[in-house]
Amino acid sequence: MAQTHQFCTFYLDKLMFGLELQKVQEVIRFLEITEIPLAPHVVGGLMNLRGQIVTGIDLRRRLGLADRTDGAHPMNVVIRSADGAVRLVDEIGDVVEVTEESFERPPETLQGKVREVILGVHKLKRHLLHVLDTEKACETAETVASGGER
Amino acid sequence: MDDLIKEFLIESTENLDRLDSELVKLETDPSSQELLSSIFRTIHTIKGSCGFLGFGKLEKVAHVGESLLSRLRDGKLSLTPEFTSGLLAMVDSIRTMLGEIQTTGQDGNETYPELIATLNKLQDQGQGLAPKAESAALSNAAAKKNPAKKSDGANLEERPANPAQQGADLNRKNAVSASRPDAPATPPAAAGETQSSQQPSDDSRLRSAAAETIRVDVHLLDRLMNLVGELVLTRNQITQFSARQSDPNLISPSQQLNMLTSELQEEVMKTRMQPISNVFDKFPRVVRDVATARGKQVVIEMEGKETELDRSLLEAIKDPLTHIVRNSVDHGIEMPELRTASGKRAEGHIKLVARHEGGQVLIEISDDGAGIDTARVKSKALERGVITAQQAGRMTEQELLNLVFLPGFSTAEKVTNLSGRGVGMDVVKTNIDRVNGSVDLQSYPGKGTTIRIKIPLTLAIVRAVMIQSNGKRFAIPQVNIQELVRLDADRVRTEIESVHGVPVYRIRGRLLPLVYLSKELRLSRKAGESAQDEAANIVVLQANDHPFGLVVDAINDSEEIVVKPLSRQLRALKIFAGATIMGDGKVALILDVVGLAQNANILSEASDRALAEKSADLLSGKEQSLAEKQTFLLFAGPDDGRMALPLSAVARLEEFRAADIEKSGGEWVIQYRQKILPLIRLDVVLEERRTRRRHGSKIVEPDPLQVLVCNDEGRTIGIIVEQILDIVEDRAAVKTEATREGIQCAVVINDRVTELIDIPAIQRIAEANRTLSGEHAEVID
Repeated sequence: MAQTHQFCTFYLDKLMFGLELQKVQEVIRFLEITEIPLAPHVVGGLMNLRGQIVTGIDLRRRLGLADRTDGAHPMNVVIRSADGAVRLVDEIGDVVEVTEESFERPPETLQGKVREVILGVHKLKRHLLHVLDTEKACETAETVASGGER
Repeated sequence: MDDLIKEFLIESTENLDRLDSELVKLETDPSSQELLSSIFRTIHTIKGSCGFLGFGKLEKVAHVGESLLSRLRDGKLSLTPEFTSGLLAMVDSIRTMLGEIQTTGQDGNETYPELIATLNKLQDQGQGLAPKAESAALSNAAAKKNPAKKSDGANLEERPANPAQQGADLNRKNAVSASRPDAPATPPAAAGETQSSQQPSDDSRLRSAAAETIRVDVHLLDRLMNLVGELVLTRNQITQFSARQSDPNLISPSQQLNMLTSELQEEVMKTRMQPISNVFDKFPRVVRDVATARGKQVVIEMEGKETELDRSLLEAIKDPLTHIVRNSVDHGIEMPELRTASGKRAEGHIKLVARHEGGQVLIEISDDGAGIDTARVKSKALERGVITAQQAGRMTEQELLNLVFLPGFSTAEKVTNLSGRGVGMDVVKTNIDRVNGSVDLQSYPGKGTTIRIKIPLTLAIVRAVMIQSNGKRFAIPQVNIQELVRLDADRVRTEIESVHGVPVYRIRGRLLPLVYLSKELRLSRKAGESAQDEAANIVVLQANDHPFGLVVDAINDSEEIVVKPLSRQLRALKIFAGATIMGDGKVALILDVVGLAQNANILSEASDRALAEKSADLLSGKEQSLAEKQTFLLFAGPDDGRMALPLSAVARLEEFRAADIEKSGGEWVIQYRQKILPLIRLDVVLEERRTRRRHGSKIVEPDPLQVLVCNDEGRTIGIIVEQILDIVEDRAAVKTEATREGIQCAVVINDRVTELIDIPAIQRIAEANRTLSGEHAEVID
């Protein structure tokens, strides 16, 4: 049962999030982003990732967090998917290895946008690691997209 | 799925497509041994493979077809339309079964007993016609039999075993087609010789062609195309950079790179090119099916089948083209009796032409049918409420024709199962528009219809004009752009007008609705910028035949761009067609002109109507501030008053003899073009201030009468005038309010006060006069 999982961790508004390492293609420091007028709020824009156009999803917005105010460039976490979606995050953390024992479903009291995309929480020594559901985040983004159209 | 089965499916599907066209061709050229052999071979291969792969039912169907074909080929039977139909039905059922195999891996439960029975019956029917002269021919040709034929014969076990017989039958076949099927003449031996020596060379050519081509997965080609796209972009970046450098060590290899990339791009693009015959070859069958179902005789002729275009485009035009061809047969070509009655050949002709023209592919579909009846189009459009009667009266023939491209429009009087379901030409147009193509329709009543489709060679790389709005760059595909207009700040203030708050610009006498890109995209202007005081750059675009002007901040260069689709999170944004990477490595969005127009409500009927009415007001001179030169028809009204109508309101000028005028239902009418044309006398309807002396008089106007035939509210009326004076172009700037009913206003034309008559008002008065016939008895009498 002591199967281990590796997570790529990052921080958003001081919260620690994790994505399954297998799903992460790469982490990139800065890419110029082209905003898309009329696009849903969560879509940050388009980026040129070595000749591929990838869609940037602003995780802060996706999770209903406030936009960043310090003006620092966000980090890009590139997800392996058909579209090569990118997440914009504040700061990248280590790769951590956890076992299933530390996993817990999100508490019922957790509501709102965060609940939609979080699979659960791993209890680490110092932090709680929020595990993101990549597929879900994309799916919801799509419905948000069609709803966002006027 | 088993690789073997997969290969069998691919091969058989291709073969079946060929069969369709070959069978139809065979019908016109039943003597072609080459065609028969090819058809036979195909069916035989399918049958053989089925047996091998264990598809028993499919094998059975193919088997009956094969036996029938072998008899045809051996000349025991001769081809009749029933045969062709039977064989085509067999091809269809084989195709269904192949589809079944594709999805389930089994050949389905359907055994097609009826089809098999029909085919068997056909085979038996022909039995009686078995040739008598065969034995004579047999000995004749036996010696001449080419040994190469044997390889062909060896794998066709269904055929009569004696190879010599085939040669003989071959001869007979030739003779039969030359004379009558029931009285075959003894064939000249030479015919057999040429035929059989032709065969092997044909075979070997096929074989060598097969060795030089390989099957490549389409996805691989797409991937290659993508990579080349990337390469083109990288090349652009390097070229831009090296243009600023002076080091020859960089410049010369970068030039080299430039050249090689272009060449590579061209070649890779070619790999995706397919001849249009892939689509065209399906049409003989389509035409035959529709024509047979409707009892028509139609011949299809095709030119430029070898014209190549990108396979994705080929896919995109397949359905629209099929629809057009169907329409031509179903609605365009008349019934044979009708054709002969109108002096045409009983057989209708449809011609398809494809060719390259200026970097685009031009496809022309023309028929020699009845053409499109614009009157019917008009009445249909009115009935459906697509246009108002007022609009209808103003529309030119070409505009009326273009109505068929509107959604929900079909002029077919009855809905057949083949076409006319109201999902017709609009779908054609949308599909063609989607690939940045254009459709143009021309129709000549009684002579036929021609539809011209223009499409780009490829979709992946397009030439686009880069524009800027609020510091953001966007690309607009060049094919959508009609022209570019620049207005400096002064002209912006005076020349951008508004219709109910909608900004418009007048371009060659027509109102062009303006769309501000920054507003559409809700781009926020930076502080200190204000739209009003700046020069405006207008990009004139065309979306579904609706021109509109897109106002942008700046128009930059045109560039070749590689179109990349947007990710699924953004598919809902119809306003963008995709994205591209620019020479500087940044991403720019590509505007979708149709989406943009929809977003701005350019395509909505309401805005359409408002604009049309506005244009009409312009024409009738109501809107003085917008007045510009227009053409008037001047005529003398009652009491020598000068009157005028905008020329656009007048359909024809006619002269009628007073004796031909009749009375019907209290109205003066005349028989005109198989219709009853109501006539209106201006001296009656226009209230005269002085006397009513002429009321009740017989028609005393000069004979012949001068009549203006006008279209109004879908109705045609004739207005009797004293005399037609002139046609003038004038600004009609000075005007005064109308002083009596039936007159719109008084204007100064050619320095003389002229009354502009108001046709709807005149009609209303005439109507009122008629209903109050008791009171105005003298008017009618």
